[in-house]
Parts: sequence; C-alpha cells; structure tokens
Amino acid sequence: MAETLNVGPNRRQPPKGSRLGLTEIWNNVGFRNLAYQVLVVGSVLALAVFMVSNAQDAMERRGISTGFGFLFQEAGFDIGEGLIAFQSTDSFLRAYATAVLNTLKVSVLAIVFATLLGVMLGIARLSSNILIAKLSSAYVEVFRNTPQLVQIIFWYTVITQLPPPKQALSMMDVAFLTNRGFIVPWPADNPAYSWMVVAFAVACIAAVMLLRWADARRRVTGQRMRVFWLNAALLVVAPLATWIAFGAPTEVSVPELKGFNFVGGLALSPEFLALLLGLSLYIAAFIAEIVRSGIQSVGKGQIEAARAISLTRGDTYRKIILPQALRVIVPPAGAQYVSLVKNSSLGVAIGYPELFNVNNTIITLSGHTVEAIGMMMAIYLSIAFAIAAIINLYNRAVQIKER
Amino acid sequence: MSASISFATPKSTPRRPPPALEAGVLLWLRRNLFSSAYNTVLTVLALWALFVTIPDFIVWAFIEAVWWTDDPQACRDASGACWAVVVEKHRVMLFGTFPYEEHWRGVIAIALIVGMAIASAFKRLWSYWLFVAWLGVTAAVLVLLLGGVFGLTPTGTHQWGGLPLTLLMFVGTVVGGMPLAVFLALGRRSRLPAIKAMCVGFIEIVRGVPLITVLFMASLMFPLFMPEGVTINKFLRAQIGMILFFAAYAAEIVRGGLQAIPRGQYEAADAIGLSYWQKTNRIILPQALRIVLPALMNDIIRAFKNTTFVSIIGLFDVLGATATALEDPLWVLFALEAYTFIFVLYFVFCFSMSKYSEHVERDLSKGRNL
Repeated sequence: MAETLNVGPNRRQPPKGSRLGLTEIWNNVGFRNLAYQVLVVGSVLALAVFMVSNAQDAMERRGISTGFGFLFQEAGFDIGEGLIAFQSTDSFLRAYATAVLNTLKVSVLAIVFATLLGVMLGIARLSSNILIAKLSSAYVEVFRNTPQLVQIIFWYTVITQLPPPKQALSMMDVAFLTNRGFIVPWPADNPAYSWMVVAFAVACIAAVMLLRWADARRRVTGQRMRVFWLNAALLVVAPLATWIAFGAPTEVSVPELKGFNFVGGLALSPEFLALLLGLSLYIAAFIAEIVRSGIQSVGKGQIEAARAISLTRGDTYRKIILPQALRVIVPPAGAQYVSLVKNSSLGVAIGYPELFNVNNTIITLSGHTVEAIGMMMAIYLSIAFAIAAIINLYNRAVQIKER
Repeated sequence: MSASISFATPKSTPRRPPPALEAGVLLWLRRNLFSSAYNTVLTVLALWALFVTIPDFIVWAFIEAVWWTDDPQACRDASGACWAVVVEKHRVMLFGTFPYEEHWRGVIAIALIVGMAIASAFKRLWSYWLFVAWLGVTAAVLVLLLGGVFGLTPTGTHQWGGLPLTLLMFVGTVVGGMPLAVFLALGRRSRLPAIKAMCVGFIEIVRGVPLITVLFMASLMFPLFMPEGVTINKFLRAQIGMILFFAAYAAEIVRGGLQAIPRGQYEAADAIGLSYWQKTNRIILPQALRIVLPALMNDIIRAFKNTTFVSIIGLFDVLGATATALEDPLWVLFALEAYTFIFVLYFVFCFSMSKYSEHVERDLSKGRNL
C-alpha cells in the first residue's frame, strides 16, 4: 500500500533542470540546519573576538601584562584567618589556597549543621505533636522567605552588638561569647590528634567492610549477624587507643582574659560565626522541606505492609521508609549543598576572607582582572562539579536497583 | 400474650455526654499534644522553650520599646528595642539616594508595581493583555524614576535606590529572563548540535558559579570588554547580570516542562504540518509552562531574594540603602532594629508570593488527581 502511494500519479516530481536552484538549497533541511548553526556560532564567535580584542587593547593601554606569572609574586596583604599560615610576603597562589580553604571550612561545617537541623525539622513537621509541627513549619517559612544576605548581615549585627571581652557572656567560665567572637577551650597542639583522625578514618573503612561482609554472609548462610555494636566499638576504640598510645595528652588550652582580649583557646571570629549561621540556618529550612516531601512520598501502603509483617518501628524507618525517601531526597539536597557553597561568597559582605573576597583584593593589588576572575570561576566550578559528582555517586547507590 | 408488655422503653433516657477525655478541648489536647509519653515530653520541652523566650522578646520588642523619638539618647536610655531608628530613617531605607522632594514618584512606582503584581495573581486576568499591561507599567515606572519628561526633574539611575530599585530590578529580571530562559531551554533540546552545545555550556557555567561573581563580571569586566568610550550604566549592567543568572536557572525548569509533554503532542503537531515555531508556540509551550508554573514561582521568589546581592556591587537597593542609613554614627547602635525591619519587609513580600504559589499549585493539580 505504502509503496503504491509513493509512486502514485499525484506525487509531485521535483522540477527538472532546477535541482540546484537557490530555493531548493534553501528548502533543504540539512542545509538550513547547517546555515542556522553557522549563523549563530559565527555571531557568538564574532562577539567574543570583538570583546577579547577590546579587553586586550584596554590592557595594553594600562600597561598590564597578561598571563598567570603573577601568581608567584609576593601578595603584600594579610588574610585575617585561615587554616594555613599566611603572611603578606607569601605568594598570590598561597593566598588563593588560604581563601579556598576558608571557603571549604565554612561550607563543610555549614553543610553538616544544615543537614542535621534540616532532617530534624523535616521530621518534626510531620510530627503528630501539633505544637512541634507548627513550630517547625514557622521556622521553615521565616528562614525560607527572607534573603540569605539579609540573614547573614542580621547575624553579624547580633554578634557585633554582644558585650566586649571584659563583660563577655560566660558559659561556665570556659567558653565566652563576645563581640570579638566565640572563644572555646581547645586541646593544645599535639601530634596525637592528627593520628586520632587517621585512626578514625581507618576504623570507618573497616566498619563499612565489616558491614558488607556480614551482609554477604547473610545472603549465603541466612544467618543474621548483628555487627552494629561491634562497629560502634571499633569507631570508639580505634581513636581512643591511638590517644592512649601517644601518652594520653590531656592538656587543654582554656581561654583567659588578659588586658582587653582573650588569650588561648580557639577563637571563632564574628565573621566566621555569622556566615556559618547565615548559611546553615537558611539551607536547613530548604533541607527540611526536601526531607518532608521525601518522607511523604513513601506510600502509606509501604508502612502498613511493614507493620503487617511485624517489623519494629526502627526497622520500618531504616529498611522501608529511609531507602525509598532517600531516592527523592538526595538529588535536590545535592543542589542545595552546591548552592550553599556558592553562597559562601556572601562572606564578602561581612569581611570573611573567603575566595570571592580574597580574589577582589588580589585583583586590586595585581591588576590581573581577567586571569583572577578566570581562576575564581574555575575554582567555583570545580567545587560545584565535585559536589555534584559525589552526590551522583551516592544517588546511584540509593536508586532502585533493577535486576 | 398481653399487648402491654413491651421490651422497648416508652420514654427515652437522656443521651449521656461522651467521657470528658473523649470530647472537645481535652480530646484535641490529648490527640495533638499528649498522645504518648514521648510526645508529652516534646510538648513540655517546647512549651518551656517558648516560655523562656517569648515573654522576654515581647518586653524587648513592644513594652520597653521606643517608637517615636528623634533623639538617639532616648533610645540608649531605654532597655527595649529602638524602633525610632526605622521611623527616623525610613525615607533613606525605602528610597536610598533618590532626591527627597521626588520621593512621591517612588511611592507611585512602588504602588504601580505592587498593584500590577496583585492584578496578575487573578487567573481571570491572565491573557496577552496582562503582558502588554506589564510593559506599560514598566514604561510608566521608568518615566517616573528617570524623569526628564512631562516636567519631571531628571533623576539619573545613579540616584535610584531603595524599594523602587529593588522592585524594578526584580520585575526586569523576571520579564527579561523568562523569554531568554525559554529560548535556552528550547536550544538545549534542539537537534542542532552547535546550538545545543552552546546552550548547555551557558546554562551549566552560569549555574556553577555564584550569582555574586556573575554580577561582579557584569559590573567590573563588562566595561573592559567594551570599546573605549562606550559605557553602559551600572544599573543596567547589574540588571543584565541578574537576567542571565535567572535565565540559566529558569531554563532548566522550563526544560523539565518540555520533557514532560508526551511525545504524541510533538508528533501530532508535526502530522498536521505545523512549522517548528507554530508547534512550539501553540502546542508545546502553553502546556509546558503550565506544568512548571509552581516550580517557576520558586525561582521567581528566589530572584526577589537575590536582588539583595546588588548591594554588594554598590547599588542602593533596600539592603544597601539601609546600610547607608546606618552610617549615621548617632543611630548605628540600633542597626539590629533597622535590619529586623527589612527582614520583616522582605518576609512580607516573599511569604505572600510563596503562599500564592502554593495556591496556584493546588489550583493546577485540580482535576489531575493521579
């Protein structure tokens, strides 16, 4: 049938002799697609060339050399705080490293706090206790519906209006809240602590392997092995043993008021605290919404079925609700984490030395605007992509496994 | 058998009320607050927390607060909040550096934008004309704020500030960003590889960097890329940055809508011989945009919150203008009260938008009960 239709007398034949006429070429889909693309790409390229040549002219006029050589020059400015030591005689490259570490420090802590608080609030919103549910939903509405920058500046104002060190708000005389920040006791420097972290990491890996082994064994033999307590013991004993092996150092640096400020202890700066609060309290509201919708997405029948086969409350949560809810929770939560890291750049508004802030100083001092902005964009993009990659890996682990 | 014997009582006994614990307030309390030991503990803890904080807050914010005074010393002497700072500085906070005698123009601009936003909330008014009306209102607001015609004193964009700037920046971002977002989303689903690659590249790069760096690029790098002598004013540059950022995020949402349209719709449009743009405009987009409206509302609310970022690159939106107002050394001690005020101001705008978006979501899901 189809063939007869195609060769039927009604089918229009291409007019002879004009096969390569302009209309025919224009009406050719392949040609047209190519033409559109050449047109768009061409105009974008032309615009880019135009702009870059303008920039080069401007640079030449101002006598600025281009290239990344400036990274090894002396920076000539100080950075208020950092995980690594930084002096004004260090290079711009080290300034970048310090700034990135500051960005990561506040972001990682904020992600941890936001997740803990967000999960609690999300579960609380579904509580059968109406007071708890309403309080949690009030929190979510207030913190979700105000700009993050306003929140950060608000917290900064609150902290800077605290009393000065002499009249510090004291917490049992060991931790102090002042307008210079939050000063807490901190273990004195000792190699034991870094080794304890290593021991803990090793214990974590061992615990995961143990879990896998127990699971594999259950599949083969059908015997269930409770490794929970064994794992818990492992995670506690490994760092503890390391600590004892290093002679159990107990020296703690306690803050003391000397003159106008505190000496000793660990001082968390007002900028750091305000940014940490602003980032984590804001994102927690979003995480709470994501967790709530994740839990609600698990069908009621699932919970009833779990009860019908007499799973305990804990097992219902762990084995039925959580795995299904995580599928809904993980992707949007990952997007929130990326957004948190990016918004740590708001630290510039209160003077926290994170990447964007330090980059501004570097631009002013070195004059290498284009390269510095390129560096900053590349760093932010790689952090965003790294988080996205980790979340994707985790997401693959919690997705439905179809066999 | 005698007919007088009856097993049914001739007169009914009065109906007894349910046990006290099973009705009224007590039932409600038991169900919602004290249903288990665990819930009782939670309730007691929450009540205790409220009891510790709320009375102190009320004393600070209302009872001991100073509402009207032009003397900062009076505020210092009081133990409560100093709302007088808001009263004293409200002109600067709401209108920034706009000339004092011309503030009435700012008030009309705010009223126009808020009025249009409220009008747009009514589904009955959704039509092509609403879009035209928005263009008209935007033009009217620009005339009001720029001046120079109809006998209005000219006021340059460098004098703009406060709430009119925040609202105009917000409207400009959404009105300018939506069409761009639709084009980017269509481009990302295009069969033409070069166009697709460019759209993907733009969207992913813009979404991967902080908004503040985009604004920074727009305000600092843009002049560098222009030929010498060509300058575009600061407000417009920030506006372009905001539009690009909004468009990249909204494009991903629109793309979700495009993907949700069943294939049959595309094929049917092709079958009746519609051209690409006819198919897109009349078949695909009306359905796709409807599906993603609630998600778009979230992005629009975020765009409103994000207008605060322009204060970092030196524009005087509400936040920037408040910071300027607090440069007055007499009042700087009461920064907390001033920021609390704008906290509430932003909350009122965002909360009403978010409540409206919930309403739209419910409305759209009617009759689609799956």
